[in-house]
Amino acid sequence: MSEKKFSKKHEWVSLEGDVATVGITKHATEMLGDIVFVEVPDAGKAVEKEGQAAVVESTKAASDVYSPISGEITEGNKAIADDPGSVNTDPEGVSWFFKLKIKDKGEYDSLMSKDEYDKFCKENPS
Amino acid sequence: MEVQKTALYNYHKNLGAKFVPFAGYEMPIQYKDGIVKEHISTRTHAGFFDVSHMGQFFLEGDETLIESLEKIIPADLKNLKINHSKYSFLLNNEGGIIDDLIITRTEKGFCIILNAACKENDIKQISQFLKKNHKHLLNNDLSLIALQGPKSVEILEKLISGVANLKFMTGSNFEYEGENLYVTRSGYTGEDGFEISISNTKVEKLIDFLISNKVKPIGLGARDTLRLEAGLCLYGHDLNEKINPVEANLKWAIAKKRKEIGGFNGWEKIKNLLANGSEKIRVGIKPDGKVIARENTKIFSSDNNEIGFVTSGTFGPSVNAPVAMGYVKSEFSEIGTPIQLEVRGKKYGGKISELPFYKKSYVK
Repeated sequence: MSEKKFSKKHEWVSLEGDVATVGITKHATEMLGDIVFVEVPDAGKAVEKEGQAAVVESTKAASDVYSPISGEITEGNKAIADDPGSVNTDPEGVSWFFKLKIKDKGEYDSLMSKDEYDKFCKENPS
Repeated sequence: MEVQKTALYNYHKNLGAKFVPFAGYEMPIQYKDGIVKEHISTRTHAGFFDVSHMGQFFLEGDETLIESLEKIIPADLKNLKINHSKYSFLLNNEGGIIDDLIITRTEKGFCIILNAACKENDIKQISQFLKKNHKHLLNNDLSLIALQGPKSVEILEKLISGVANLKFMTGSNFEYEGENLYVTRSGYTGEDGFEISISNTKVEKLIDFLISNKVKPIGLGARDTLRLEAGLCLYGHDLNEKINPVEANLKWAIAKKRKEIGGFNGWEKIKNLLANGSEKIRVGIKPDGKVIARENTKIFSSDNNEIGFVTSGTFGPSVNAPVAMGYVKSEFSEIGTPIQLEVRGKKYGGKISELPFYKKSYVK
């Protein structure tokens, strides 16, 4: 699997062939707090870069999860829908949100590296 | 208006609080542990809440004070014993709820605990009925600390001997650090506990003691999940000036005597509603599955007619499921009635549920 890349909306992407795995970052989960509801997309759904793809809710509020990359969903992670709290425990590991078949690897290449993302979070605290 | 802070602001900061603006105050929404852990530790051990933003409004006067207050509060104040408290409201001419409150009879008159966002208007509304010889004071020199949870009594008794003898919705004066403080056995979480009215200069010392007894600080986030599980209303969400006590399913809080003889704001309307029922009514709602139906979620009948809306909704950590309250047309209010909740444009199933979602454990 490729190195993880990051978006400004706090999603991460890793790539294996032309299938990308997308989740939300640890930093995002820390901002959200306790996650209590997750909705993941069904296979076959087309998503656009920066388009709404999933939903995550904490005790405080509901937030959209955007796809940092366009493509067609191949799988939503049903395990996190059944156990939303697992997103807090391992957001950048087993608790990925969805996988999709990508159209344009350039979109992946243009995302931030880990170092760039860490710097971005530091400069944009919220 | 400048943002206000409670006497414990810096203390909260040192405890790692995340602040939000609330009713003109900077208040902790949560601390390091987060809402779910704060909620659970209140239910299993004890938590403290800084509710000093709420108004502590003291009134003094002769018997005419009771007459004056009973014009706007539908409680039986004449028969309220000294040191006893009641949950009640301020009503407008239409019977709408201006604020919900706890009123306690004191030696010299009454103390009313008012919601922070409403307190200034409340005092204006109450003052209309007061006479020249009635004194009143919104005491900003006092902090208000809620200590809630099953271990509250054991812990507070160590510091203030005698609090264990208080029964639910009663209070008394105690001495602490050479000063008087007033403690009531009450709260808004569905747990046993106390509310402690203490001077701003002594409050940090009290909190030091609570923390040394493993009492966790609890923010507004968990206060909301706790009160919603306990089926308790939040003013500005579940209650407002356009909702009356009958619609709010709070007619139990209008004193029996007052239901018979009236004499308070909105009585004509409320009398009629008591006899004939209201068109809509507040209910508990349990969504099926895990979907959270938040405030303003539309409610539909099983045959797709819009029948109401959600006023509070969250995930209940002790119930381990989403919980909500809202208003539906009265014919759909029976417990178990299947409903649909429109969340993000999609309809999810749910049911009208009993309140509270979480069984209360008050010491009566």
